Amino acid sequence: MVKWTDFECATIQDIFSKIDYDVVGPAALSRCLIVYPWTQRYFGGFGNLYKAAAITSNPKVAAHGKVVIAGLEKAVKNMDDIKTTYKDLSVLHSEKLQVDPDNFNLLADCLTVVVAGQMGAAFTPEGHAAFQKFLAVVVASLRKQYN
Amino acid sequence: MSLTDKDKAAVKALWTKISKGADAIGADALGRMLIVYPQTKTYFSHWPDLKAGSAPVTKHGKKIMAGVAQAVAKIDDLTSGLLDLSELHAFQLRVDPANFKILAHCLQVVIATMYPNEFTPEAHVALDKFLSNLALALSEKYR
Repeated sequence: MVKWTDFECATIQDIFSKIDYDVVGPAALSRCLIVYPWTQRYFGGFGNLYKAAAITSNPKVAAHGKVVIAGLEKAVKNMDDIKTTYKDLSVLHSEKLQVDPDNFNLLADCLTVVVAGQMGAAFTPEGHAAFQKFLAVVVASLRKQYN
Repeated sequence: MSLTDKDKAAVKALWTKISKGADAIGADALGRMLIVYPQTKTYFSHWPDLKAGSAPVTKHGKKIMAGVAQAVAKIDDLTSGLLDLSELHAFQLRVDPANFKILAHCLQVVIATMYPNEFTPEAHVALDKFLSNLALALSEKYR
């Protein structure tokens, strides 16, 4: 059972209420595909991913970025039991999508950088710590059903 | 994942834009690291104050960025350019090299907060590669 302090709960709700999902989701995914190009292996059907400009303007990447952040919102709304909330998503990523779970950390890092860019100084060290703890729990829950 | 000429140009271009704020970046990144990754505090038990914005943190953040500046200047040969710093970290400080990645991440987050328009995905990938190579050069003398 993950223990959240009041500050951590409030911070996560606050951050996710402030960010623009339609911007952050696509930006995080496209940044991940650019900064860690080996992650492109999972997106063979997405068309042109050859250059950074192509990735950032790729409509399939943008659409999928929104899917990813919608998935994160499930965790935001169920912080008391992310593990159970993500059981099916974990099975999906393990058995159907066959994503190496180390990649979850890469996307998490890009998401942190994008949120930091959006929030500027408002992304305080304490808020940053809460955000990374939240993402660590998300990643651990997504890894749970891998065997 | 060695640095291409394009990477080096991108790093130098980014550094030109952010170097004036280097002290603030270093202080924020170090202070942030001690909070987000509390295990890193174990290397600073001799400091009276580990809070973000405190004198030791600010001073040390500046020192770290001087090292980054040295690396930018020696970007064509990081291993020999950072030999002295590698010996320092290997024999005296004995910082576990896994922590270099942690600090690199914090630096990138801080740069994102302070320079969101400059820290494009292209600049990010070049900087990430640079910081990885920097870490490798710093680890050179460990064993």
